[in-house]
Amino acid sequence: MANLIDYIVPIAILFFHSILVLLAVLLMAYFGIYGERKIWAAVQLRRGPNVVGPFGLLQSAADLIKLLFKEIIIPQEANKAIFILAPIITCFVALSAWAVIPFSEGWVVSDLNVGILYIIAISSLGVYGIIMGGWASNSKYPFMGAMRSAAQMVSYEISIGLVIITVLLCVGSLNLTNIVMAQRNIWFVFPLFPMFIIFFISALAETNRPPFDLPEAEAELVAGYQTEYSSSLFMLYFLGELAATFLMCAMITILFLGGWLPPFNIVPFTLIPGAVWFMLKVATIFFLFGMVKAIVPRYRYDQLMRLGWKVFLPISLFWVVLTASFLFIFNLMP
Amino acid sequence: MQSILYDYLPILIFMCLSIVLTLVLIVPPLIFAPYKPDKEKLSPYECGFDPFDDARSKFDIRFYLVAILFIIFDLEIAFLFPWAIMLGKIGTLGFASMMIFLGVLTVGFIYEWKKGALEWD
Repeated sequence: MANLIDYIVPIAILFFHSILVLLAVLLMAYFGIYGERKIWAAVQLRRGPNVVGPFGLLQSAADLIKLLFKEIIIPQEANKAIFILAPIITCFVALSAWAVIPFSEGWVVSDLNVGILYIIAISSLGVYGIIMGGWASNSKYPFMGAMRSAAQMVSYEISIGLVIITVLLCVGSLNLTNIVMAQRNIWFVFPLFPMFIIFFISALAETNRPPFDLPEAEAELVAGYQTEYSSSLFMLYFLGELAATFLMCAMITILFLGGWLPPFNIVPFTLIPGAVWFMLKVATIFFLFGMVKAIVPRYRYDQLMRLGWKVFLPISLFWVVLTASFLFIFNLMP
Repeated sequence: MQSILYDYLPILIFMCLSIVLTLVLIVPPLIFAPYKPDKEKLSPYECGFDPFDDARSKFDIRFYLVAILFIIFDLEIAFLFPWAIMLGKIGTLGFASMMIFLGVLTVGFIYEWKKGALEWD
């Protein structure tokens, strides 16, 4: 009997941790979409959502309820199984990457020793959901949108990978907690500033956000790979995209902005818990994402590919070599 | 074995919970939402007129080219990961061999650039 409890208690704790993290992601998505709409509204001198609930805070809940009670339409000529599976994969993949994100010291579901590899592996599976959805719809706009989206995502994944290599050179570990702890003296955003910029822009492209939302350029492709989707299947795409966006914000925070570490290691700052710093940094990056959407006009597709392959790839590759040589010559390797 | 279980069991649990959450979100419309399909509603969307042609037509070869180039560079990054972490321990030989490897890749990259594989006009 005691033996059984020995097994059940840790697993129950793990369940509790996992539910907490999932709740945190859902709450981020809830307030993220509300905050984003408020930001765009403010930039365009509008009010934004302000009718449902105080300050419109319940707007996202109203949208959720609306989406949950709508008819699911599956087109006649679609491949039905793949059509339904695709948004499930997108959402599942975007959510499961959060299993290794440390919110504060020790506040992590699994402190995996290859954490960053896990994130790269899982988040690059997201492209399957999109390409499956676009193909299974058997309609022209989703198909074109899915092809564009897939090409765009894989192109920018390369520069993201190279930027991560640069950070790893300075850390010497794949563990996310170690990556944060290596920034105790100086956040990597200062020595590696160009890489921070490249990562930020690549993250926008990787999550199909404006100004790189070519897959759903409304004037040309209606809604891209989501055109045939409705009801909760559409919402799963939406949720998956938001979770992936926040994952990118968390990655930027962990790789460049020192994760849960306070900006100065002195008293008034160290009193605030690490998780608060983490969420503040994530919210700041998300605010910047929202501002980019409100301010920057959309790219053309050939410009997008040129930026990814001819600008970011050479620069980040050069920066990997530069960082490695610098660390090697001055013998600063961790 | 113990440590593998310790590291990956939480991830398994987390994945199970996230797939449960995803599936739960699909259920309400199946139960509560109306379901009244008709021919027009189920036809593929095409800006207001009847769809013509098959959607799975030919498409640009460049998407394929991008996929191939992606595999090459992603493999390169996969090689870089262990090297980046172990740079302090593998000495000059390890550093120099990766530089030669990157040099060869750069030559290939310049070749594909000059050949126009990266042009989207």
